[in-house]
Amino acid sequence: MSESTRLSVFKTYKLYVGGKFPRSESGRVYEVTTATSAAGAGGKGKWLANAPLSSRKDARDAVVAARKAFGGWSGATAYNRGQILYRVAEMLEGRRGQFVREVGEAEGLSKSKAGAVVDAAIDRWVWYAGWTDKIGQVVGGANPVAGPYFNLSTPEPTGVVTVLAPQESSFLGLVSVIAPVIATGNTVVVVASERAPLPALSLGEVLATSDLPGGVVNVLSGRTAEISAPLAAHQDVNAIDLTGADAQLAKELEVAAADNLKRVLRPRAEDWTAEPGTDRLTSFLETKTVWHPTGSLGASGSAY
Amino acid sequence: MPTIAPAFADVTSSDSALRRFLHGLPGVDPVGLEARAASLGTRSIKTTAKAYAIDLAISMIDLTTLEGADTPGKVRALAAKAVHPDPTDRTTPTTAAVCVYPDMVATAKEALAGADVKVASVATAFPAGRAALDVKLADTRDAVAAGADEIDMVIDRGAFLAGGYMKVFEEIRAVKEASGPARLKVIFETGELSTYDNIRRASWLGMMAGADFIKTSTGKVAVNATPANTLLMLEAVRDFRAQTGVQVGVKPAGGIRTSKDAIKFLVLVNETAGEDWLDNHWFRFGASSLLNDLLMQRQKLATGRYSGPDYVTVD
Amino acid sequence: MTMDKHSLFEYAPAPESRSVVDIAPSYGLFIDGEFTDAADGKVFKTVSPSSEEVLSEVAQAGSEDVDRAVKAARKAFEKWSALPGSERAKYLFRIARIIQERSRELAVLETLDNGKPIKETRDADLPLVAAHFFYYAGWADKLGHAGYGPDPRPLGVAGQVIPWNFPLLMLAWKIAPALATGNTVVLKPAETTPLSALFFADICRQAGLPKGVVNIVPGYGDAGAALVAHPDVNKVAFTGSTAVGKAIAREVAGTDKKLTLELGGKGANIVFDDAPIDQAVEGIVGGIFFNQGQVCCAGSRLLVQESIQDELLDSLKRRLSTLRLGDPLDKNTDIGAINSAEQLARITALAETGEAEGAERWTAPCELPSSGYWFAPTLFTNVTQAHTIARDEIFGPVLSVLTFRTPDEAVAKANNSQYGLSAGIWTEKGSRILAVANKLRAGVVWANTFNKFDPTSPFGGYKESGFGREGGRHGLEAYLDV
Repeated sequence: MSESTRLSVFKTYKLYVGGKFPRSESGRVYEVTTATSAAGAGGKGKWLANAPLSSRKDARDAVVAARKAFGGWSGATAYNRGQILYRVAEMLEGRRGQFVREVGEAEGLSKSKAGAVVDAAIDRWVWYAGWTDKIGQVVGGANPVAGPYFNLSTPEPTGVVTVLAPQESSFLGLVSVIAPVIATGNTVVVVASERAPLPALSLGEVLATSDLPGGVVNVLSGRTAEISAPLAAHQDVNAIDLTGADAQLAKELEVAAADNLKRVLRPRAEDWTAEPGTDRLTSFLETKTVWHPTGSLGASGSAY
Repeated sequence: MPTIAPAFADVTSSDSALRRFLHGLPGVDPVGLEARAASLGTRSIKTTAKAYAIDLAISMIDLTTLEGADTPGKVRALAAKAVHPDPTDRTTPTTAAVCVYPDMVATAKEALAGADVKVASVATAFPAGRAALDVKLADTRDAVAAGADEIDMVIDRGAFLAGGYMKVFEEIRAVKEASGPARLKVIFETGELSTYDNIRRASWLGMMAGADFIKTSTGKVAVNATPANTLLMLEAVRDFRAQTGVQVGVKPAGGIRTSKDAIKFLVLVNETAGEDWLDNHWFRFGASSLLNDLLMQRQKLATGRYSGPDYVTVD
Repeated sequence: MTMDKHSLFEYAPAPESRSVVDIAPSYGLFIDGEFTDAADGKVFKTVSPSSEEVLSEVAQAGSEDVDRAVKAARKAFEKWSALPGSERAKYLFRIARIIQERSRELAVLETLDNGKPIKETRDADLPLVAAHFFYYAGWADKLGHAGYGPDPRPLGVAGQVIPWNFPLLMLAWKIAPALATGNTVVLKPAETTPLSALFFADICRQAGLPKGVVNIVPGYGDAGAALVAHPDVNKVAFTGSTAVGKAIAREVAGTDKKLTLELGGKGANIVFDDAPIDQAVEGIVGGIFFNQGQVCCAGSRLLVQESIQDELLDSLKRRLSTLRLGDPLDKNTDIGAINSAEQLARITALAETGEAEGAERWTAPCELPSSGYWFAPTLFTNVTQAHTIARDEIFGPVLSVLTFRTPDEAVAKANNSQYGLSAGIWTEKGSRILAVANKLRAGVVWANTFNKFDPTSPFGGYKESGFGREGGRHGLEAYLDV
């Protein structure tokens, strides 16, 4: 059979929740098209796929999965987390072609520009893979208290973090907001770019084959405002990254987040191609300080 | 041999049982213990409470001379001072005892005839305790025969540190038997036991073996009584009485030189073991120079003027 | 020996002299280096909680005054932030030294206005206040080495709202890092304890601090709200209740204001069967009765291993019976007055709830003075996670005792709280300390000790106990544009 006559097989894009690929509980989908600026698109973009339209219940399920995964992931060694993040980069490299196509279609980029974006995203996983066992030394340490005590501050992951992925940078931006959150041991419920969710949904497939425990990253697609409202108000979510929210939505969500005092990262101007600093790592870290008496070796002197 | 309290018959049945028991006692956190002792040291004892505390402290002193140069004259002077600590003020209480070497017991006894002051004698090859058991027992019997009302024995620290708890235990029991009617104070030499955990273990070991008093130290090593080790021993006697009904006394010795220090120790007694121990039958200070400082403070309270060393007697 | 065997070793009163502090009959707001009346002329009285005596009359800031203070701080910011760090450092060192010089005066003042024992203000509050200024003074010219970039910038005007439980210490925790990093501040002390902040204003004068760098606006919640909402405030720092913290978080939503919150707690103090028991008892007592339990990081839940419950409770009750409650100025007082009638009512109500819900109440035998606000040290046994007194912050001298059987259960119960500020672990087993400390969701974990504080040690909570850290290198971040 010649190429021109073979009918291609479409992919059914699904959510990624708890390590599984469910359809939306709502049973609804929405149409995803190429970016309007994409070559060959006249006005309305070309149909790409039907993405799941996540509901409140999907959001709830994702939080349950993220919470369930938190103990294991935060308790894994930093070395192990680094290995797994690096494994994500390896898996992505192998599927580079697929992501170049998806990112090109999603963001209206030429093949070479999309290739650069995907390469940068792969490199970002590598960058954060190296951070897992270093951030503790950079931000933690011994505190020289004035007394006979050993006193140590260490960073610990905040918990379950909701991330509203950037709307425009559907893949590099997405990776740039997820990787730092899970590098330190948090688990994530990420709401993909509303208009261009396909690279995020495909990333789920990569994560599922990268030794990342199910539930550490959960990917939802759909209407950002609709999904994020219950997540911002959810009492079992510990933090929220508002990067993908506009000013109005960000304010509403920040107000809702105050109900259980979620840590909030407000939206701001970002250059996803620049080397990130550590602040996305530290935004979702708590500092725990442990004291213990030292004292003297014996009771026979006031050596302390 | 004195009988062992039934509660402890099992734990003192073998070296290993004794070790398990002593090592099963709650641990001691040094920083917390010292912080508690220091915090009690900040109690402010004024006016009537201070007057009471000074007289109480005087009455608790085992006025001590333990020198190679001790002579009958020196011991007689000490005895006179124990009976009338302040010749200018006959309301001053007597000290609890004078404490001397065994060969000075007879002299002390004679000098104290008719006075309500006990004679205590160190024994058991004080202060090192490095002698055969027979020698230690003979030392003890000599002192008792010469009239000692109280025996201050030293434990075998070497045996204790080597884990020979049973040896220490049996030695205390043997000395207790040899002491007859005399009350037995068991000296641990806390500075040599080194850790607070050891001091707690030694306290229980001594009490189980029949000590009437547990005593910190000989006064002959670098670190003697401290607020922390005394607090720890007060906790031990408190807990021992709660468990057995038997009350044991405590004697810090060495290094307590000022009224301020003595009052801090009384606060430790008051707030740890309680008022049942605020009596010279249950608490003693092993000291010598402390007495003059207490007397000067006593004079200050009586007259409003600060006193000076020329207004108290040298021994 | 002729001592009366029945004489008790009673401690005669040993009151600290009040004459070291001279409280004026009235105080103004401290704005732009001057004491001024409130715009609407309002004043309020501050009373001594141990006697209900009126100590002074203080100008009550309203929104107009807050605006004036923010403007003064804004005006001062330009020069203050442009000063070389080494110069800002010297101002802070001066302040630290003056606090040390005046510490007896300030301790007595704090005890009078707050009701806490002089033993605590003298030995804990004031030394920590001076140390905090001394610590942050040294940072002012070393910010480029703090890990926030080569030249981290201040935020601008910091609006700071502090509670009444450690009035001067909370001021130090707020003002010292703010000034070291180059911010200027408007601080609102609590309405029941405004005096030490006003004395601090005088210390700023003695130190020659440029006017407007520190502004003090005593007042009520409305003044705090006005400060938080002020559009020209760049940074909000609050220590207080979780309810107010949430309201503040909503208020600043959608703005660029940087926010740190240090809120409530329900700290679990976990005692294992192999604990150093006498030190654990001291830690439990210090953990809940320090400052009458009016401490956000108090160890208000005692989690004791069931196998040693009876023994521990006996020891604890015996120890509590030795606590001395009374005149806070007496150097031998362990338990002072509750800060206000309102707080006393809240503690009383929660204790009544504890009884109504079936917990067993035990109160230390001590006589309460006839005037002032007092609550005897109290503990509740037979408490479960379902009891209100195991969940709600009481902020008073009330300890809820719960039991556990295994380390897993201890951790699960300790973490079963909306709060996550502090926790304690008592065991002689080193690996258990580290394992449990790892699992506890709390910002400060004290192992074989409790309620220790130090300017170098970051302090702050997980979950609804707030966010951000105060103290240490970490404490700089809250005041830097990073």
